[in-house]
Amino acid sequence: MEENVLELQGVVMTFGGLMALSNLNFNVRRGMIKAIIGPNGAGKTTLFNVITGSFPPTKGTVKFKGQPIQHLKAHKIADRGISRTFQTVELFGNMTVLENVMLGCYTRIRTSFMASGFVLPRSRRKEKRIKESALKILKFIGLIHKFKDSADSLPLGEQKLLEIGRALASEPELICLDEPAAGLNETETHVASSLIRAINAKGITVLLVEHDMKVVMNISDEILVLNYGQKIAEGPPQNIRNSPRVIEAYLGAGEV
Amino acid sequence: MLRIAKLPIAVFALAIMVFPWTAHRIPAIEHYPDIMVFAGIYCLITMGLSLLMGYAGQISIGHAAFFGIGAYISAILTTNYGMNPWACMVIGMAVTAVVAVLVGAPSLKLRGHYLAMATLAFGIIIFIIFNEEIEWTGGPDGMSGIPGLTLFGFEFNSVERYYYLVWGFVIAAFIFTVNVIQSGTGRALRAIHASEPAARAMGVDVSRFKILVFVYSAVLASLAGSLYAHYLNFVNPATFDLFFSIKLLIMIALGGMHNIWGAIVGTGLITFLSNEWLHYFEEFEVIVYGAILLFVTVLLPEGLAGVPGIVKGWFRR
Repeated sequence: MEENVLELQGVVMTFGGLMALSNLNFNVRRGMIKAIIGPNGAGKTTLFNVITGSFPPTKGTVKFKGQPIQHLKAHKIADRGISRTFQTVELFGNMTVLENVMLGCYTRIRTSFMASGFVLPRSRRKEKRIKESALKILKFIGLIHKFKDSADSLPLGEQKLLEIGRALASEPELICLDEPAAGLNETETHVASSLIRAINAKGITVLLVEHDMKVVMNISDEILVLNYGQKIAEGPPQNIRNSPRVIEAYLGAGEV
Repeated sequence: MLRIAKLPIAVFALAIMVFPWTAHRIPAIEHYPDIMVFAGIYCLITMGLSLLMGYAGQISIGHAAFFGIGAYISAILTTNYGMNPWACMVIGMAVTAVVAVLVGAPSLKLRGHYLAMATLAFGIIIFIIFNEEIEWTGGPDGMSGIPGLTLFGFEFNSVERYYYLVWGFVIAAFIFTVNVIQSGTGRALRAIHASEPAARAMGVDVSRFKILVFVYSAVLASLAGSLYAHYLNFVNPATFDLFFSIKLLIMIALGGMHNIWGAIVGTGLITFLSNEWLHYFEEFEVIVYGAILLFVTVLLPEGLAGVPGIVKGWFRR
């Protein structure tokens, strides 16, 4: 339980003159749900993009299971076992619900261009395995009845679930959820929260960015607070709730 | 699930097989098998383009160049060096693959208009080379005396024989392409089309796949070029100009880019239009192409392949 799945050491990210992340250090222990919160523009999504390899950090190291990964491209990091969702839903809208999840299996089971062109029996068996595993995931996230629908046609709540399902299909060890509850109504938020718990119960470590404090306080084991790219607090929910620095960052310094 | 039905493919293959046999008996369309040879050659190119553009979402306005490279390599190696045409065909495809990697690796990092411009420039450069390297290519006059094809003593020396050869290649390439589309590879390509960041986050090596499809489409174009050279026994640069690249785009736009059948239908129609039905228009032919492109993009964004869906929509209402 004490093992760190993810370790960030001295991570700096600058865009031109703007320092989006400055000297960030933190760890994520295996099996926990860790939330990252902070006001808009605090660098939360940038942090996700650095961890998942959208761009390399300007400085510092990101270690996954003890191995540095900050120099790897996004698809390589996915292969290592980190999966993610996006703040604004990035589904494959031109594909069906099932196909979206099937693509999620890509890190585990893939066929080469030639093998798929000649339909070797091996590639046919692989395709069958992908489909079975995708259907299992659709059952788990509760979208099995919509497997034939195009991903575009789902309401936002289900699109968010589907994105999580697609990320799960890669059987990650760490899943990074970027605002899983954003734009959802209360029922949908509830569904999403219980899904995140269920994912965590499977032994998958969860790192999430979220604005909905109720969700964050409810489900996370630990919270990291960012402001202007810096860590201003870290700890279990009850400590964060009462931290004066956090309150100041969110509400502004009380001058009146 | 993206499933491409097998029955239409079988019906199509059968129709292709009996076509010359029927066409021969009807005087007005006696010469249609000849046009169909060209249609088949162009189909090889547009199928690859359909995979590249319709499925993977990348544009190329330079495929005439790959077509030309195949044709000229076959022409030069067979006439000047007396090499075996089949070997030249394979060499042409290999050289084209290398060129496609060299061109594709940097330019496929670009998107949209920029990628269009890069491939356009490549097409123009190759066109200039065909015109200017007179020692090799014969310049604007082209090259003649390219031998026909023979296989184990069997000569493909009549329109019918060549027809079956070309369409054999087309059907093989069609089945291969359909298999790719229906596999995990095809899914990865469509994923790239929809969202590159998401595809990457799911472990898809986006740049590798883009280059791979680009190379595949270029190699098919090169094969088409070799077949073209050995059929006409003559090549000249005008065949491989910018307008031909655009014509290829009109073919897949008319048929429908998001459907592999679209490539076949669009190519067939445009080939018959340009080789036969539009002769009255003479140089105003180009205006007709413009009108077709305009009509399709405004009224039929999914091309002719989208028509069954539209008709179904009417009945549902």
